[in-house]
Amino acid sequence: MTVDAPPLHRALGLADVELDAIRDRLGRDPNDLELAMFSVMWSEHCSYKSSRPLLRTLPTTGDDVVAGVGEQAGVIAIGDGLAVAFKIESHNHPSAVEPYQGAATGVGGILRDVFAMGARPIAVLDALRFGDPSDARTRHLVDGVVRGVGGYGNCVGVPTVGGELVFDPSYQGNPLVNVMAIGLLEDGKLTRASADGPGNLVVLYGSATGRDGIGGASVLASATFGTQDPSKRPAVQVGDPFAEKLLIEATLELIAKGLVVSIQDLGAAGVTCAVSETADRAGTGVLVDLDAIPRREPGLEPFEVMISESQERMVAIVEPGRWEAVRAVCQRWDLPVAVIGRVTEEPDIVVLTADGAGALDTDGRPVEAARELARIPARALASEAIVFERESRQPARRRAAPAPGAPLEPVDALPLRGQDPGAVLLALLGSPNLSSRHPVYEQYDSNVQSNTVAAPGRGAAVLRIKGTTKALVAATDGNAPVGAIDPWLGAAWSVAEAARNVSITGARPLGVTNCLNYGDPTRPEAFWQLAEGVRGLGDACRALGVPVTGGNVSLYNEAPGSAIDPTPEIGIVGLLADVATLVGPAFTGDDHAIVLVGEAAAGLAGSEYERLAGAAPEDGPPALDLERERRLQAFIREAIARGLVGSCQDVSGGGLAVAVAEMAIWGGTGARLRLPVGDSPAVALFGESPSRLVVETLPRHAPALELLARHHGLPVETVGTTGGARLMIELTGGRGATGAAEERGGSIADALDVPVADLRHAWEHGLNRALGWDAPWAGAAEGAR
Amino acid sequence: MSVRVGVVLFPGSNRDIDAINGLTVAGAEPVILWHEQADLDGVSAILLPGGFAYGDYLRAGVIARFSPVMRSVAAFAGRGGPVLGICNGFQVLAEAGLVPGALLRNRGLRFVCRQVSLRAEHLDTPFTRELAGAGPLRMPVAHGEGCYFADDATLDALEADGRVLWRYVGEDGEVAAPDERANPNGSLRGIAGVRNAAGNVAGLMPHPETAVESILGSDDGLGILRSLVVSAREYAQTGELSGVRAAAAVAAS
Repeated sequence: MTVDAPPLHRALGLADVELDAIRDRLGRDPNDLELAMFSVMWSEHCSYKSSRPLLRTLPTTGDDVVAGVGEQAGVIAIGDGLAVAFKIESHNHPSAVEPYQGAATGVGGILRDVFAMGARPIAVLDALRFGDPSDARTRHLVDGVVRGVGGYGNCVGVPTVGGELVFDPSYQGNPLVNVMAIGLLEDGKLTRASADGPGNLVVLYGSATGRDGIGGASVLASATFGTQDPSKRPAVQVGDPFAEKLLIEATLELIAKGLVVSIQDLGAAGVTCAVSETADRAGTGVLVDLDAIPRREPGLEPFEVMISESQERMVAIVEPGRWEAVRAVCQRWDLPVAVIGRVTEEPDIVVLTADGAGALDTDGRPVEAARELARIPARALASEAIVFERESRQPARRRAAPAPGAPLEPVDALPLRGQDPGAVLLALLGSPNLSSRHPVYEQYDSNVQSNTVAAPGRGAAVLRIKGTTKALVAATDGNAPVGAIDPWLGAAWSVAEAARNVSITGARPLGVTNCLNYGDPTRPEAFWQLAEGVRGLGDACRALGVPVTGGNVSLYNEAPGSAIDPTPEIGIVGLLADVATLVGPAFTGDDHAIVLVGEAAAGLAGSEYERLAGAAPEDGPPALDLERERRLQAFIREAIARGLVGSCQDVSGGGLAVAVAEMAIWGGTGARLRLPVGDSPAVALFGESPSRLVVETLPRHAPALELLARHHGLPVETVGTTGGARLMIELTGGRGATGAAEERGGSIADALDVPVADLRHAWEHGLNRALGWDAPWAGAAEGAR
Repeated sequence: MSVRVGVVLFPGSNRDIDAINGLTVAGAEPVILWHEQADLDGVSAILLPGGFAYGDYLRAGVIARFSPVMRSVAAFAGRGGPVLGICNGFQVLAEAGLVPGALLRNRGLRFVCRQVSLRAEHLDTPFTRELAGAGPLRMPVAHGEGCYFADDATLDALEADGRVLWRYVGEDGEVAAPDERANPNGSLRGIAGVRNAAGNVAGLMPHPETAVESILGSDDGLGILRSLVVSAREYAQTGELSGVRAAAAVAAS
């Protein structure tokens, strides 16, 4: 009888050309175990085989960069003998299949990347994207993901301090769960994942190895979704945050006591990845004693042991003389620990077994009964994995951004007469993407460790650094609607907005980590989006002088019939030299001047206003001038350092009106503005063109602030005053306004006038309503201080 | 000389960092007490911090009560020494029977982390003596199982006996009923913290130790930490605590 089964390599997700490349590197046919090891290491997730040529173009160097791309996390020195480690990573497909465990293990995995470097994790940010919030499946996913992030982060004692929650139809079949972790380490504690010193022991500690997460990197993370999704559930890992907490403490103790040469966490591709990457970095090899790996259950096949993605495990490289001390630390934390191999000069990963009896003797030599199950050069699995030059093709139809300085077109001219701009503002504030996120972030412990200065919900997160005057400022941003129209612009925009969110607190952006969420790279249009996104990321980072210190690429984000909008998620960390100078986004008092820096540009495409009211089909997104953005951020940092700023908010989602409304809601005071709107009130009020700030300052400081802005070559105008219980924006004819609005039947005279209490009500209740979470105790947050 | 206050470290404790910071700001010398140690290292008060001791997979605090250090904590409490449990520490004390009542899952069945307002019900106890007034005191909660529960007779007795130490209050300063947002977890009669019959062991769900510096959003918790430190000093010097009752009086009540 013959069975029409596909060849093994295809079942493992390897293409025929990849099998040929494996034969080339081995000089022979791989056996089944070797093929399984290649399949996970050559997965998109581990090998970056489609994106590697693009990522090489990114700017990665900076004076303070201690460790960068290629390490488990980026590390940047911040003075006072300290450094910050940070990285963002995706867990999209596991979360789509099993939202609680997918999100939980996403948190666990990125935390391990950070503490494996010797840093104590001090914060998590989570950037989440889902489809229609009124849809039952979306609600199931939101509930599970939020519980998963909280269930893990709350238990390990790392505060969740920020992130994003965005709803858009493009994520209906493929939600995004991107998690960023930040850690703090002392100089001299930096630990790299490099298997140096032949003869050293390879020590595995943490949880025992089981059958969970078999093929997670290849089957789940590196393939599009089809119709057989439930069958992929065994590929999702299961998290144990209690074990992770012990792992954190044990790892930091091992490093503090100087007991280890190197540490790497076990994530995607499990033991195979950890031993091959650490060996490859050092130019060494490893003899792996398969029999020595602690297991959860009997009967595991060798390939299952080698590629299992069981969570909460670490590999340390240990000098033989320190093994007893290492074992004592792990046992004190109740963690299983075992020597599972030896570092060798010969640069091969060799998997040995003596049928359960132990394949290596106490000197690390194979015992007589040892059989070799696999032998692969470490570099063939890691740095010399296959790389593809994918085909890139620009889609035929593509809307473009208007050129910088283009006139505001009448197509932007909403709201028309009879449409109360105040009603539009209330609708925006209560919309799923702009309303208060408190129903979600209140499920996360945001203040454990006693460092949280600015809690989630109001722009960037701020964490003081104990024993210093300094603070870290962190944010995530990713603009997909603009990227769907122009992927270069979407990526550059995301970097600009993330950096702006840091700069407006007074902090200096230190470095960028990124999670590139794109579609199937074998589709030329999707690959073009990725290529353009990486180009935009690089251009923006170069223009703003911020290095890229690491990140992650998540491709194949497609469900049957649809790909996600390209979503370049940017994580950023900045340094505030003196936390006492911190500026927040809430109005600080009455009768203060409101100064607008920057000017509105044409284009409503990609905005929240477009989502609500639509935009003309020929309209594009507003342009981004990176040089102006750089000057804007330099200006605001200088203004804050000179004490000229009471509060500051950038214009982003929902435009200027939403920015001012948020400052009023959070400050508990109203404002009165006179805004020149020219021909296009919608662009002026609700357009999201970047490089704009709303700055609150004392009236006596307004002239100095304006002077400073002009010195930086920025348009600036004092547009109003804080105070009262209402937000009033009077719309006036601007430069060149000649009554054209009246001719079109619109009126620029309709003022926006809404009580702050109404703004707050809309903002506070929007998300609960969208998700159907309304319950008395889940209701209104406290908007004012 | 600063007084030594023990911070019990279970595997899974995670507010130990906050407890150490809070006690330091309050002027004490924090001393880590590892869960496997029976010796209390000569401390004059004990703080059980928040977290997820032993993972809390079965029920919050249920495993931790059996650890070696807890036998010593119970003995210390029996000798009249001041003991304060915060959050998971409160849950451990309740499971161990050292304070009355039980902490059930939050009314909303979700973890809750946000600022709450507390009112101190008595200002003459070892845990409230340094408060300038009843409040309201602003500090965060962060827990999944914080709904204070006891039967009506027990609640009546606790109130009559002056053993309810803190309650959740709304913006109007009135006690927040179980269905109000100001009551984060549905606690009966708005109870956020209680003490034992003798008066030397107390627990509360909110985190005064994380509200000890204005830069963290509030320093209203400092009065509670200072009270513990002053009580520790008194206990170290005299072997007794003011604001508590003699064992004989407790037995009679």
